[in-house]
Amino acid sequence: MINGILHPAKVVEQLVRQGVTHMVTLPDSETRHMYDRLVAEPSIHVIPVSREGEAIPIAAGLWVAGQRPVISIQNAGLYESGDALRGLAIGIDLPLVMFIGYRGHTRHGDTPDSAARILEPFLHLWRVDYYTVESDDDLDRVPLAFERAEQTSQPVAVLIGTEYAKE
Amino acid sequence: MISYRDAIDAIHRERNDAVCVTTMTQTGYWYKISKRPDLDIGISNGMSKASSLALGVALGVPGRRVLVLDGDGSLLMNLGSLVTVAGQKPENMHHFVFDNGMYAITGGQPLPNPKVDYAAMAIAAGYANAYAFDDVEELASELPRIMSQPGPTLIHISVIAEPAAEGVDQTWESNRKMPAQLRATRTALQQRA
Repeated sequence: MINGILHPAKVVEQLVRQGVTHMVTLPDSETRHMYDRLVAEPSIHVIPVSREGEAIPIAAGLWVAGQRPVISIQNAGLYESGDALRGLAIGIDLPLVMFIGYRGHTRHGDTPDSAARILEPFLHLWRVDYYTVESDDDLDRVPLAFERAEQTSQPVAVLIGTEYAKE
Repeated sequence: MISYRDAIDAIHRERNDAVCVTTMTQTGYWYKISKRPDLDIGISNGMSKASSLALGVALGVPGRRVLVLDGDGSLLMNLGSLVTVAGQKPENMHHFVFDNGMYAITGGQPLPNPKVDYAAMAIAAGYANAYAFDDVEELASELPRIMSQPGPTLIHISVIAEPAAEGVDQTWESNRKMPAQLRATRTALQQRA
C-alpha cells in the first residue's frame, strides 16, 4: 500500500451523493476505519457477508428490488467471487460499482503480493473498467465510476490503493 | 419422499404475489405452472447463488414475500449464506431446500454427504424457523401456517431424485434471457412499490 491519505468520511460522502442505499461487504485490514464510518451513516445499510462470493448476487437482488447497492471486498475476495462476477454481474448487465481493496499495491508494480500483481491484468482480462483511488485527491473518480457503470450497464471497479485513514 | 411436481404444486398454491427465485431442477417445474413470470427469477447463470440473490431482493422489498427454491448441492456450495441470511433477519424470506442427495443435472453423482439435516443447520445458523418434510400431505397442510410466520424460514423437502440419464443438453439460452428477465422483475416491483 502507498501512503496516500484517504479519509473514510469523504468516501462515504461520495456514496451518499450517489444515492447508495446498501454496502455489501466483507471487511479487511485496510478498510477497518471505513467500516466504522459506514455503520455510522444512517442512509446506507451495511450488509456483512460470510464469503466474498455472496456480495455480487446480494447486490444483484437489491438492484432487482430497485435499490442502489455497492460492494466492498479485497482483491483476494474478488478472485474468490469470479463466477459470481461472470454470471451475475457481467452476465446480467449489472451496473454495479465494486470497491476493491488493492492489497499489496505499490504503484511501481514491484510487489511480492500476487494479489496486487494480478489485479489489473485480471480486470483487463474480464473487461471490467476500473478507476484507482489512492488519496482524497482522487475522489472525483468515484462519480466517474458510477457514471461508467450506468452508461455501460456493466460492473465497474474502484480500486482502493491505500489504507483508509483513522478519523 | 415427495415428487418434485407435488412439492412445487404445494408451494405454488401459497405463492400469491411473492417473488420466486429458483435454481436447477426446480426452475423447470416452477416455470410450467407459474402465473407470474414477471416475478420469477430463474438463476441459470450462477449455481449456488439463489439464496444470496433472494436475500438481496428480500431486503430490498421488505413488504413482499420472497421464496427461494434452492437445491441441496447448490446450497452446499454457498453454505455460509445461511449465516448471512440469519444475520439480516429478513422476515419475508422463505428458503426451500430440495434434497435429492445428488447432482441430478450432471447424471446423479452423490453429494459429498447425501444425508444432511439442513433444518438443523438453519436453526444453528440463526434462522427464525426451520422444518423438514418427506410427506406431501403434511407439507401441503403445514405450509399456510409456516408461510404466515415471520422468517427467515428454511423448509427442507426430501424429494424423489430425477437424475438426468444423458445429462442436460444445455443451450445456454436461459443465460441470454436473464438480463431482460431481471429487468422485467425490477419494473414489476417498482410499479407495485
